[in-house]
Amino acid sequence: MKCRVCREKAVIQIRRHNANFCKPHFIAHVRRQVERTIADYSMIAPGDRLLLGVSGGKDSLALWDILTELGYRVDGVYLHLGIGEYSSDSLRFSQTFAEERGLRLEVVDLPADYGFSVPEAARASHRTACSACGLSKRYILNRVAVEGGYDTLVMGHNLDDEAATLFSNVLQWNLEYLARQHPVLPAADGLTKKIKPLIRVAERETAAYAVLSGIEYEVEECPMAAGNTINRYKEWLNRLEEESPGIKAQFLKGFLDRGSKAFREGGPPELVACESCGSPTTGAVCAFCRLRDVTLVEIRRRETA
Amino acid sequence: MKVILRQPRREIELEGVRRVRDLLKRLDIVAESVLVIRGDELLTIDEPLSDDDVVELRPVISGGAR
Repeated sequence: MKCRVCREKAVIQIRRHNANFCKPHFIAHVRRQVERTIADYSMIAPGDRLLLGVSGGKDSLALWDILTELGYRVDGVYLHLGIGEYSSDSLRFSQTFAEERGLRLEVVDLPADYGFSVPEAARASHRTACSACGLSKRYILNRVAVEGGYDTLVMGHNLDDEAATLFSNVLQWNLEYLARQHPVLPAADGLTKKIKPLIRVAERETAAYAVLSGIEYEVEECPMAAGNTINRYKEWLNRLEEESPGIKAQFLKGFLDRGSKAFREGGPPELVACESCGSPTTGAVCAFCRLRDVTLVEIRRRETA
Repeated sequence: MKVILRQPRREIELEGVRRVRDLLKRLDIVAESVLVIRGDELLTIDEPLSDDDVVELRPVISGGAR
């Protein structure tokens, strides 16, 4: 296979673009995709202070590299989830990346700072680990962004993440989640604006970008996430993609261009301040405070039992 | 050839695999779900393979939610 641009030997084939690329032209292609996404959705205004959610995986580290190369100054926040070796390895990859490039990484430690880990929260609340993790991440990353005076929280969700989430939301006709699924969520009282600049880059391409750029990242999967529903949907969507290249991108793009506004009629739900922590919520006490309370009660119960 | 699989990391030996495409087919792996890595290079599906090769099949699916 030959590169579409220079006819040198290709290192990657992107069937949905009917294109093969050599290393330099692939790197340039990915950066251009992100640059266009940022422009098309007016994601970043000049002078915006940007905070990136960093997990130590391929997506967030590739995105940090891409944004930096595009000339943006981006700080990172890493949330230690208390998932044994997996968390300590992911932290190490994140810290090494930041140190080598002179970037600022803030570390929040869920067990040390909030008194519980993701496995403990999942057990106590009878949620899945991914659910307790997602809830904690959304809450804490937003809080760090608000308290740090950042304009925008940047997330590394890629095309496959968004397509699989959309697929899941459609299967369950979860209207509330469908109304909220968008690459730009504007700021609201107590909520920082959130953007997803990687939605046009497939998971395989962010991994390839990381490998070709020499970025060391956590390759092993989170032990709590093994076999979870979203990853199974991704595998199925990839089997569809194999038969019909472009189907994932078409599914997501069609929703964002034509479908999503139908779910947003009536506007966003009204937010009030959580009685416990003051963060915005639709109920009296926010979901994170409820998760934290039930988990800490359970941890104390086990300690005294 | 030696094939390194991940999640968790393990190794298998295979013989007579002619191209990357055949390797993926033999293991029933979808090309869209992995990177095929030999040393520091990424391999496309038409790349010829030999029995002396050491190839990593690195899954690209990660994350999970809700």
